[in-house]
Amino acid sequence: MQWTDEAVILGTRKHGENSVIAEVMTRARGRHMGIVRSGRSKAMQPVLQPGNLVEVTWRARLEEHLGEFRLEPIRSRAAALMESAVSIYGVQAMAALLRLLPERDPHPHLFEALNVILDHFDDPLDACELYIRFELAVLNDLGFGLDLAECAATGARTDLAYVSPKSGRAVSRVAGEPYAERMLRLPAFLGEESRKAANSDSLVDAFGLTAYFLERHVYEPRGLKMTEARDGLREAALKALRRAHEREISA
Amino acid sequence: MAKRVTGPEIEKLIQLLAKVPGLGPRSARRAALHLVKKKDQLMAPLAHAMGEAVVKVGVCSRCGNVDTSDPCTVCTDPTRDHSVIIVVEDVADLWALERAGAMNAAYHVLGGTLSPLDGVGPDDLNIRALVDRVAEGGVREVIIAVNATVEGQTTAHYITDRLAGLEIKISRLAHGVPVGGELDYLDEGTLTAALRARTAI
Repeated sequence: MQWTDEAVILGTRKHGENSVIAEVMTRARGRHMGIVRSGRSKAMQPVLQPGNLVEVTWRARLEEHLGEFRLEPIRSRAAALMESAVSIYGVQAMAALLRLLPERDPHPHLFEALNVILDHFDDPLDACELYIRFELAVLNDLGFGLDLAECAATGARTDLAYVSPKSGRAVSRVAGEPYAERMLRLPAFLGEESRKAANSDSLVDAFGLTAYFLERHVYEPRGLKMTEARDGLREAALKALRRAHEREISA
Repeated sequence: MAKRVTGPEIEKLIQLLAKVPGLGPRSARRAALHLVKKKDQLMAPLAHAMGEAVVKVGVCSRCGNVDTSDPCTVCTDPTRDHSVIIVVEDVADLWALERAGAMNAAYHVLGGTLSPLDGVGPDDLNIRALVDRVAEGGVREVIIAVNATVEGQTTAHYITDRLAGLEIKISRLAHGVPVGGELDYLDEGTLTAALRARTAI
């Protein structure tokens, strides 16, 4: 058995003294693992950093075997990702999300999204907005997609302000007002005003919204905890936004 | 089935030696044979030294270093600048930095890095002790000397967040071209990091 595909490195685990088991997100074959011989060598360690884009060749005698990876670097992003807290937490948080998906289950759109987001960590606002959309896409692929296009009560497609914690569907401001305390707030950039850029407040709402459904449908039933990397990403982004705001004021 | 050529004691010695990093079953067999041949000159002193080490070696309750005393030799050294703490992943890194002799500072050993794939979280590392140590006062700088890997730098950012609010300087090691390194042979990531961290001559 052999195939070759593009992949993003998600993580590695030591295997023996010199080798590692690499976990990658491939374009056509989803999340996949394989042994990389001499993966702890000086030549291979920089290639095996999370976030790097590689060409991976997988070989095994049988389909169900773990198999062996041969990797060729296409794009080394790790050094740039290490530069800021937003990007370093972001790559770890996305890898943790992809680990929720079954192994070897193709999700080509998630691979594309991952590849795009990894190139947009320069701007914390853009990065977090894209990250939240990534979480929604993962929820959708796990079978718990949210319907944020129209109001669950009235069918209205405008002035959507809340999300029902029960159904995961959007609710308009008018219909949701009496239950506002029990509703989750829908950030404007996820609603009908999807072109409106995120801000600090809407980011907090968005992180709260996806956290609620991830916790309820994915983490809690599996007995897992949400990763620290996600909290780190949110806090780092908010801190970066506060600093940018302070700089604007002082200028 | 191959017949046994040694007694169970020597077989056990070979099996245990094979678990030492850098030794496989074949090299463990050679090492065992060498020890057996040099029983008085090497095997007995080695066994004695190992016996002593087993009894005396422990982890320093202050910094996480391994030593025969608690607090360790580094923590109790009055000639060191204890207002600077170098944070390292492992005792091997502490020894490496001491070999370099670049700084006469105190250390703090984390015992690893945050690794979601291996299930290593903040509670599994010696981070809380570091925060408590810095909060006690008397520290002016924390140098985070973890590996230049995504996991290492995630740990560095996590520690920075935990130390935020304390009146100290937090720095990390530079990333870039190693001494004796040829640019042609460096990976793109290292070159990018080196260019970003360039200094004026």
